[in-house]
Amino acid sequence: MNVVSIEWYVILGAVLFTIGAVGVLVRRNVIVMFMSIELMLNAVNLVFVAFSRHLHTIEGQVAVFFVMTVAAAEAAVGLAIIIAAFRNRETVNADELNWLRW
Amino acid sequence: MHEAAQAAQGAVVQVSYLWLIPLFPLLGVLFNLFLGRRFGKGAVSLVAPAVVGAAFIVACTAFVQLLGLPAGSALQQTLYPWITAGSLHVDLAFRIDALSAIMVLIVSGVGFLIHVYSVGYMHDDERFARYFTYLNLFMLAMLTLVLADSLPVLFVGWEGVGLCSYLLIGFWFTEQANAAAGKKAFVVNRVGDAGFLLATFLLFWSLPAGTHSLTFSEIAAGVGSIDPTTLTWIALLLFVGATGKSAQLPLYIWLPDAMAGPTPVSALIHAATMVTAGVYMIARLNFLYVLAPSAMEVVATVGAITAIFAATIGLVQNDIKKVLAYSTVSQLGYMFLAVGVGAFGAGIFHLMTHAFFKGLLFLGSGSVIHGMSGEQDMRKMGGLKDHMPWTFRTFVVGTVAIAGIPPLAGFFSKDSILAAAMASGHVTLWLVGVIAAGLTSFYMFRLLFMTFYGENRSDEHVRHHIHESPPSMLIPLVVLAVLSVVGGWIGLPLHALWGDRFGAFLAPIFGGHSLPHMEVSTDIILMIVSVAVALVGLGVAYFMYLVRPGSALQLATATAGVYRVLRDKYYVDEIYDAVIVRPILAIAKGLWSVLDVGVIDATVNGTANGVAANSRLWRRVQTGNVQHYAVSMLFGAMLLLGYYALR
Repeated sequence: MNVVSIEWYVILGAVLFTIGAVGVLVRRNVIVMFMSIELMLNAVNLVFVAFSRHLHTIEGQVAVFFVMTVAAAEAAVGLAIIIAAFRNRETVNADELNWLRW
Repeated sequence: MHEAAQAAQGAVVQVSYLWLIPLFPLLGVLFNLFLGRRFGKGAVSLVAPAVVGAAFIVACTAFVQLLGLPAGSALQQTLYPWITAGSLHVDLAFRIDALSAIMVLIVSGVGFLIHVYSVGYMHDDERFARYFTYLNLFMLAMLTLVLADSLPVLFVGWEGVGLCSYLLIGFWFTEQANAAAGKKAFVVNRVGDAGFLLATFLLFWSLPAGTHSLTFSEIAAGVGSIDPTTLTWIALLLFVGATGKSAQLPLYIWLPDAMAGPTPVSALIHAATMVTAGVYMIARLNFLYVLAPSAMEVVATVGAITAIFAATIGLVQNDIKKVLAYSTVSQLGYMFLAVGVGAFGAGIFHLMTHAFFKGLLFLGSGSVIHGMSGEQDMRKMGGLKDHMPWTFRTFVVGTVAIAGIPPLAGFFSKDSILAAAMASGHVTLWLVGVIAAGLTSFYMFRLLFMTFYGENRSDEHVRHHIHESPPSMLIPLVVLAVLSVVGGWIGLPLHALWGDRFGAFLAPIFGGHSLPHMEVSTDIILMIVSVAVALVGLGVAYFMYLVRPGSALQLATATAGVYRVLRDKYYVDEIYDAVIVRPILAIAKGLWSVLDVGVIDATVNGTANGVAANSRLWRRVQTGNVQHYAVSMLFGAMLLLGYYALR
């Protein structure tokens, strides 16, 4: 059977993570930034599962469950903050949501 | 030790009720402090004297039990271990022997009368509950002082009474002068207390090796093995403490100013009880002092000089309370003269009679001031005997008692002091004492004549208001007047009638060292001399202030220089001001402007300014833009990764 070797998974994970990170840094729309963060998290999840399978251990998959749970909670809180911010400022542009500063 | 063996004759009985004596005033403090304002003046004026009365009743019970035991016995109660540190182990323990029994009875008895009197005197004061909180607190501290079984516990009481003295002198603190007087008393007393503490440390170091509890019986057993030089230093340092608390030269200066407080406070704290603490302390440690004869000489000399020094100032003062204040300093000098020549019993005897008649005189002056709408200047009084008959009668009793005219109390105690001075061979000190007795008689009758006789010299408004005081003030006066008459009869000289019961009762405490006896004829001659001197003082005052009222002024004009020096109290306050207060202020000002502002403040402010400037620079990092933070996080993560990868 043609087994996909571990390197490909790691490379895919790295590419996805980089796309997510660049998305967070360059996009101004906070909702898009949020989606980018989700992408970074799932890139990491992919690497976790790949290594879990490769090393025949269960810990990586357990970690993935934690990450997904935390991501769900974080999405709920984050979206609530964004909605609250939008109600106040009528914007979701990260450059304009900067009133927590010196 | 001889003394220890002497003291061991009687039994030490463990009892379980001594703690009630200070407990009752403590309950009074708590009630007045937390509930006094809510329950009002009626409740406070009931509770505050009642708790002191309860303490007095317990003290009487203890006294009766003590009388039933063989001579030299003591009642003792240990509450709990207070300090346990290294070789120091101090218990909170109380002790009643002959000496502290007398002191507890005086303190709680006179204290009770003055609490009753205060109810009338302070009736219109808006801070009524606070006043009685302080007064009860004073009773707590003073009873702790006299009941203490060890030097550290005594020191707690010693400091406690000092605090209450400060609080009560400055009770009417809205007047700047009153607050300053309280502060002066506190600061001067600290000087003395430093001596007391040093003496305690020195004693602790000098006692034989082992665990020390610093109880009086332990000190009595250990003093014999301390070398005489150290012992003299301990005795002198303790005496420094006594000069502060008991207003002796050179630390007496706070007491005249302490008259700024309410008059019952002057009677209780600054005449009858607290100021006698120094005499009590020396009598308590008599076994230590007899081993340090040169310190005893110092005590006797300072006492005699103070007696005559303060008496001369008292001659020309016009403020009725100032005369009594200097009189108190002078009488305390007598007590120190007594304990200094080894007549501890005579000193305590005078302490007791003085508590009666000087308490009476102060309360009487308070009654006068009350009736004169707050006037204290005797030049504006006069003729009060018809307006205030009971105050007048009791005041006469007090005056005759302090002047030393038999058969009132002051005669017996003063005579036993003078006889002891002579018997111990201190002829000069005896002479000083006799002259001071004459001066005492003069200034007291001067006060009496200026206040109660002649024409009334107050203005129309005040004269219209002159009234006799309420019964709550007069009853304590009458009780103290009776005590001032009969108080001396428990210590009769020359084995007359029942003899010196007072001295015999105290003898086991001061047992090991009785004074040499004199011929009976010498004793009688001394008595005649002191009575004659007292009568001369009376006669001169009578002549100068009643027969020829203008002659006092003529004399003052004729001897203007002397008069001015006496009126200005030998410029002692001015000397202290120039020698101590001003230099200290100057040094403090220098330290403040150079060291404090230039170095300490500059360092602290410089540090703060540096941090602030740095913060101003770096706070720009907080842009509020979440993506900037994300970039820095990314850089941080990459740095960490790079570090671990390339390590």
